[in-house]
This record gives sequence, structure tokens and C-alpha cells, in this order.
Amino acid sequence: MDLVQILSLPLIQFFSATTAAYVLCALGIAMQFGFTGLLNFGQAAFAAVGAYAYAIGDLFLHFGPIGSLAFAVICATGFSFVLGIPTLRLRADYLAIVTIAASETFRLLMTSGQLGPWTGGTEGLDSVGNAYYKMNPIPQGIYNVLGIPLTEKQLWSDLTGWSTVVVCALIMLVLTRSPWGRALKGIREDEDALKSLGKNTFAYKMQALTIGGIFGAFGGIVFSIDSQTVQPTVFGTNFTFMCWTLLLLGGAATVLGPIAGGMVFFVVFLFLQHLLQGLQGVGILPFMTQDQASQIPFVVMGVTLMLLVIFKPQGFFGNKKETQING
Amino acid sequence: MADLIAKGTIEPGCQKVDPILIADSVSRSFGGNKAVDVAHLEIPRGKITALIGPNGAGKTTLFNLLTGFDKPDTGTWNFEGRNLAGVAPYKVARIGMIRTFQLTKALSLLTVLDNMRLGAQTNPGEKIFASLIRPIWAKQEAEITERAETLLKRFKLDTKAADYAAALSGGQRKLLEMARALMGNPKLVMLDEPMAGVNPALTQSLLDHIKGLKANGTTVLFVEHDMHMVRHISDWVVVMAEGKIVAEGPPADVMKNPAVIDAYLGAHADSDLGDVR
Repeated sequence: MDLVQILSLPLIQFFSATTAAYVLCALGIAMQFGFTGLLNFGQAAFAAVGAYAYAIGDLFLHFGPIGSLAFAVICATGFSFVLGIPTLRLRADYLAIVTIAASETFRLLMTSGQLGPWTGGTEGLDSVGNAYYKMNPIPQGIYNVLGIPLTEKQLWSDLTGWSTVVVCALIMLVLTRSPWGRALKGIREDEDALKSLGKNTFAYKMQALTIGGIFGAFGGIVFSIDSQTVQPTVFGTNFTFMCWTLLLLGGAATVLGPIAGGMVFFVVFLFLQHLLQGLQGVGILPFMTQDQASQIPFVVMGVTLMLLVIFKPQGFFGNKKETQING
Repeated sequence: MADLIAKGTIEPGCQKVDPILIADSVSRSFGGNKAVDVAHLEIPRGKITALIGPNGAGKTTLFNLLTGFDKPDTGTWNFEGRNLAGVAPYKVARIGMIRTFQLTKALSLLTVLDNMRLGAQTNPGEKIFASLIRPIWAKQEAEITERAETLLKRFKLDTKAADYAAALSGGQRKLLEMARALMGNPKLVMLDEPMAGVNPALTQSLLDHIKGLKANGTTVLFVEHDMHMVRHISDWVVVMAEGKIVAEGPPADVMKNPAVIDAYLGAHADSDLGDVR
């Protein structure tokens, strides 16, 4: 059992691009659920739309990094309209059902044989983001960050991920503290009241869904640039619920919550995983196999999520009064 | 007085000298039950009109229909000559017809001041792109805040401005909802049971506010059960029963109308209607 490794490996997650990708998706849900009250259980679909659109723009349409990004934003906006127009007039529960179904539909559609030449079918796509890595200004070499060696490529993708997080978080801070954000919170509290005050609630909900969806698409892009692949299996429902966990950990109606929640979540998660595997490896946990040991953190995650929703629904950064279920 | 409001004979559905809202054959059924079936109704401009009737008479349903929160089976209505049938609720509010709700809809987890600010209708910062650039809306926001604070003072809620609306009492929420509706500068304000659940001390100030509205030129239409209140402040009374308008007229005359006594007042004409139901 290598203690140094158990402690240092999870630390990478503090600033890894993967964490940034999940944080971006969680920020999107914070916009939709935390501030507007829209139950989006299909954030994985927005991430998948972003990842696939970027990859297709990059690999087949040769839009270049900026063009592919724009293409992904357009696709995410379009997806948000397709999802929102029929459902946003209905009650919140229906949106939850529709989004979860839409995300699975989209994922399965991407794996279909007919779309194979564009999406790679069940295999997915690789070499995503080669054009982007050509823009890397960091000279080749190994860099030491907090005692962890990173290649210039990893550093570039981590920087990309976290600067996207910073930009999105800043935009969200400004938006949520503006009169526009106030109207969103009003809709979360009582949509009819807002209608009676002359607010076009449908338009607000559509805007919130779209912005949250675009953040999700950014998450998908960061994810696929970091791994240089687009895998349909990544964007299953567990992706969505992972995002929800770190959102609720930090606080749904906050901007900093999902960011801190994401960092803490992945570090603790991987620490547990490595620790349990290590303990199992030296024979301290004889009653379980190596595979079982690596699954335990998922159980812990589920239990944590339940405890969180019951005892600390506002998360660690939320205002207790603002997120209490019964005002 | 009655001559200044009504034109011709005073009867259910009679014409008004200067109507602000005119409704024609508005009906709405829930299953086999015809909740609203109004042949003709005119609301006089600049006056306080009370809409009374026993429970289940269709008063709130009529409110919902007129403000677009519910869709009628038949009917047209217009506000200052503008057709409102099929118009979305938020557009109705923007045109100047702002309602409150029987069960108050205070935005619990927003502060009292934010509740008020949301009532303003011309805030450029409520547009998504403009909201990103503070200088575009900062000035207007300051004006709105100032207006909100003035109104809160008038409604004696100024000390609560920074509290969450959830922390208000039921009566204070009624006041907040009314004040919030006024933030939109309505031409016609429709109050659905503004006094329900308000303690007597607050009731008096609520009545004064309603009278104050009329003094400012706002037309008021309100639903109420308590006949004493209706008698004190309203210029005109419309009585509904089983979805239909059964009588209307000045308060003193309506109380004597046999149709009203039959449909509504019964043997307790002189007692507090709140106890009769």
C-alpha cells in the first residue's frame, strides 16, 4: 500500500479537466434548478450534444477550434429549444421525466448504425481536439504542480477547463445578481405570481434552460478535449446524477457551491477508492474483492446524497433560509 | 351617484357611462357545473367596484378568466377597447390590469424589497443581455427601489424590507401582494379577497389604501365577503350567484334588492356576511 500515492493521486482531481467538466455541467444545473426551479435530469444530453457537435465540427466539418465551439453552442441552443418548447409550459415534474428520456434517446441515437460515419456508433470518436492542442502555447516538458508531474498537454487541457469554469461562473454571478436573476428566483417561488406581474415566464425559463444547457455543452467539450475521445457510454444517466451530487453538496442556489462541491467530491471519492483498494491489497479487508472495494465509494456517494438532501438541503455554501424545502 | 356610473336602468349587466372593462357572454364549465356564465358586465372607470356572492358563485373563476389565467368556453372581453380574449396573463398585466390572488402568492424566499422590485414592469435589467451590463439598468433599478420603499412605507412594511417574505404574517403578505401589484402602475387593479385573514387593525389600513387608489385614479375591482366593508368603500356592487350576475347597483340599493336577499343574504341581511356563508 503506497500511502503517498493514495494521497497524491486524488489531489490531481482538484484541478483536473475532468473535474472542471463536471463542475461546468453542475453550474448549468444550478442555473436551471437552483435559480429557476427547472428539474433538468438530462444534463448528460447537453454535455453529449456539446461533445459530439464539437467533435463533428472539428473532425469532419473542419471548422477549427473556435468554429467547432460556436457550432456546439448553436447545437446546444437548438437542443434546448426542442426540449423546452413542448415541456416548459407543463409542471416541473414533467420536465424531469422528459429530460431524462431525452438524454437517453440522444445517447442511443448517437450509437445507431446509420449515424456511424459521423458519430462512430458505439465506438465513439477519437483524435478529438488535435487542432486545439496545436494551439497549445506551453512549451513541451513535464511540469510540477503541487508535487504532481503534468505534461504540457495535460496542463493545457486543465487550464482550458478551469478558465472556462471561471468565465462561466463570472457570467452566472453577474446574471443571478441582476434583475433578470431576480425574475428567475421569482419563477422558482411562484410562476403564477410572476405572470400576474407582467413577466413572460416562458421566455425566462427557456433562457435559463438554454444557458444551463450551454454550460453543460462546455462541460462535454472540456471532457472530450481532455480525453481526446467522445464515448457514448460516458453520457449515461450516471453522468447526470454525478453532476447533481456535487451540485447538492455545494448548494443548488449558489455559484461557488458547484465548484467547491466538485473539487471536494472528486478528491474524497478517489481518495476513498484508492484507500479501500490499498487496504484490500494489504489484506485488511479480507471479506471483499478488489472490484468490490472500488465500488464502495459509490455506495458512500449515494448515502451522502440522501443525508445531504434530508439534513442539509442548502448544501455547504447555500443560504439555509433560501433553499429550505418548506420556506 | 348611481346616475354618474350607470346609463339607463340599473339592472344586471347594465351599461356604464365610462366603462374600463366590458365582458360579453363569458362562460366556463367544469364538467357539468357551469362555474361562470356572465351575459354582460361593465366595470366603471375610476370607481371601486365590489364583486360579491356566496361561495362557489364563480367570482374567482371570473377573475381567472378575465386575467388570462384560465380559458373560457365562450366569450369576449375588452379592456379600454382592447380585446383581451386569449391574451396571455403576463400581457394582460402589462396592459394595465393587475390582479392579486385569494391565496397570497408572496415569493417566500425573496426579500420583501425584491418582491416589490419584481412588480415594476419597465426594468431593462430584466432582459437577459442587458442584465449583463449594470450601467444599462442601474439608474432605473435605483428609481424602482425608491418607489418600492415609498410604497412599503405607505403599507407599513418598510421595517420588513430586508426580511424574506416567508417571515411575514398572513395579513402582511396580503399587504405586500397589494403593494407589489401597485408597483406596476395598474389602471385596473383586481383584488381577490384582499381582507381575508387580515386582522381588524390591518383591515382599516387596507381599506384606506383601497380608497387611496381611487383617489389616484386607479380603478379597483375586488372580491369580498364582508358586507360591512363593501358598504363602506365601494361605489358599485356586482352580485354573482351560481355563475350569473343576479344584481348590481350602488351598495345601499343592492342590499335591498330582493334577488340579492334571496340568492345571498337570506334572513341575515343586516348581520356580518362573513358569518353567513
